Amino acid sequence: MPEAENAPLGKLKVYLGYAAGVGKTFQMLADGQTAAQRGLDVVLAYFEPHARPDTIAQVQGLEIQPYRKINYRDRTFEEMDTEALLRRKPQIALVDELAHMNVPGSGRTKRWEDVQVLLHAGIEVWTTMNVQHIESLNDQIWRITGIQVRETVPDWVIRQAAELVAVDVTPEALLNRLKRGAIYKPEMVQKALQGFFKGSNLGALRELTLRQAAHEVDLQQSAYDETSNVQAPRTSETSPAGKADNPWKERILIHITADPSTAILIRRGRRVADYLHADCMALFVHRTTEVSQLPASEREAVEKHLRFARGLQIETLVVGGSDVARTVVEFARHNQVTQIFVAQSQTRLGERLRSRNFAENIVRMAEDLQVTVVADRSRRLRS
Amino acid sequence: MRISELPRPNPERLLKQVQAEESKRWGARLKIFLGYAPGVGKSYRMLDEARRRRERGEDVVVGAVQRQPSGELQALLRKLERIEPLATSSGQAMDLDAILRRAPQVCVIDPLAAENPPGSRNRYRWQDVQELMRNGVSVLTSVNLLHVEEYREKVQAITGKQTTEAIPKSFLLAADDIVIVDVPTDLCLWRLGEKLTPTGISNSRERELSELRELALLLTAEVVDAQLESYVHAHGIEPVFGTHERFLVCITPQSNAKTMIESGKRNKERFQGELFVVYVRRPQDTDKEKAAIESHLESARDAGATIEVLESNDPIEAITEFAQQNRITQIFIGRRSH
Repeated sequence: MPEAENAPLGKLKVYLGYAAGVGKTFQMLADGQTAAQRGLDVVLAYFEPHARPDTIAQVQGLEIQPYRKINYRDRTFEEMDTEALLRRKPQIALVDELAHMNVPGSGRTKRWEDVQVLLHAGIEVWTTMNVQHIESLNDQIWRITGIQVRETVPDWVIRQAAELVAVDVTPEALLNRLKRGAIYKPEMVQKALQGFFKGSNLGALRELTLRQAAHEVDLQQSAYDETSNVQAPRTSETSPAGKADNPWKERILIHITADPSTAILIRRGRRVADYLHADCMALFVHRTTEVSQLPASEREAVEKHLRFARGLQIETLVVGGSDVARTVVEFARHNQVTQIFVAQSQTRLGERLRSRNFAENIVRMAEDLQVTVVADRSRRLRS
Repeated sequence: MRISELPRPNPERLLKQVQAEESKRWGARLKIFLGYAPGVGKSYRMLDEARRRRERGEDVVVGAVQRQPSGELQALLRKLERIEPLATSSGQAMDLDAILRRAPQVCVIDPLAAENPPGSRNRYRWQDVQELMRNGVSVLTSVNLLHVEEYREKVQAITGKQTTEAIPKSFLLAADDIVIVDVPTDLCLWRLGEKLTPTGISNSRERELSELRELALLLTAEVVDAQLESYVHAHGIEPVFGTHERFLVCITPQSNAKTMIESGKRNKERFQGELFVVYVRRPQDTDKEKAAIESHLESARDAGATIEVLESNDPIEAITEFAQQNRITQIFIGRRSH
């Protein structure tokens, strides 16, 4: 984003919920109203047109930036008008549904990319999203709900947030709202009750949301401590304060292959690295002398995984080596890696009987390193 | 913030407890609004819900109100029926008998943590709440993290604030519903009359409040997890994996157990998860091996792990089964140290 190199970055505030209808948008608009009444320059940049009546009431009096109309396949769609907002340059822009995917022809593919543009122009952005849209939780969400969420937001975008607010409501109240028709149109209610709103799903999503919010709040404390230069002893911390600069600095290495389970591995590695405050990198080892000698399908799959890792701000490396397991372990040693993430080998039983599998080889060679073998639960569930 | 948690309640026992409680309650439900500090807006959320319920036709009364309700709260209170407090020689007290005579469907009690004047039937207000529930009255009530017994010391260490009025955490775990009222720290201070600061943590007071906020979010997550576990048990469905991290360290006499337990503990703290340490006992264990295990288990205890010694001829089978039952997300297996 070239124009904005020198401008101070706008702040990001995220209203996080665990399902549609918990009241994220309502809360954002209510806070926006308060800010506007206090004389701040607030503009409603986008909010979902299918909003609930009491939410619509919250819009009264707020300045609304007209949406951009985009024609696609003979239909007219409305998207946030980022360029107009840059010209208008409010102090605070309210942007509903951060995970939204723009209609083709909008300029940017995803709304979070538009939000980046606003932030780089120094505009503070308040936005809403549900926990299931967090990239690194994608597999957990699938496992819990059986639903594959496609509109995701990379974790680093959420980590930019200076503030995160958990919007909480009990599942019981949420189900009441749903059944009263206050969330979806009647014909959608049945479908919702079989999807995200089913049985224990809501409780599980709610727990994930609360834990995610606690984690973000914790990161904000660390960020504050770093900038304020005060070594505030953390009262509630179990490790003694004032200890030498993190003696357990972990470095995580993710082993990339063409196997589809690599995506799960990358998400898991990213998540663990975030929690352990560890560095994170990803490595692909090709047995051929040149990467270009790989079969096209394999090369495409690997490139896709490397791109995915880079999108999650993981440093990626590609090296050659005839013995893949040995190359991975040697690389790990040279780079002071403390944990290697590998996928469960998908070899057939016969092959496994004849030779040891890949993960076992790594474990055997890695000796003093921690090796994390990530299971692909989805395979078990899908089969 | 790293928080060492107390041992978690056994889900089976919790479920039995809940069922036993419910059978005595005639369908009365307890809903708690939890906040991390004064000024987050618990009372407002609660009274607003009371108002909505009343408008929908539920029979709602207000049994207790905080000492100096703000203008916003007073506006809500005017729309609700109130049971006047009793005047006693040592101040005002909630009139439990009057509420019981009135026998509403729902009673609002704000706040939950209060000590009754000497001579009252119950010493604490939370015991009054239990009595109301036993008489079929549903209760909406609010509580501040500071007043949860198990958090008192932590909150005091962070803020220096002390309180004598506390409710046990088990009371929260037994609630039908808990809601966290979460607001940014700047808004919380603003409502208490301070100047509004920029978004994010801007000063040491907000830094303090932020720690309380994290504790309150995690406490709510824990209550939600306990509810989820009861639900899963009650409906006989597959346990839910992955809502939070549960680490299992498997030890043997020869393995580098101490390192693994140390690593497991670090993971537990960072992820705010749970740590389990398991040993599968073998009949052929020598005295020396038994002693080694004892010392490993001692470290596990210090690390705050849940410890289990299993008996089985097939350690792999035993560990796999244990991992399934306990919704383990990561298993640590050691190497033989030479």
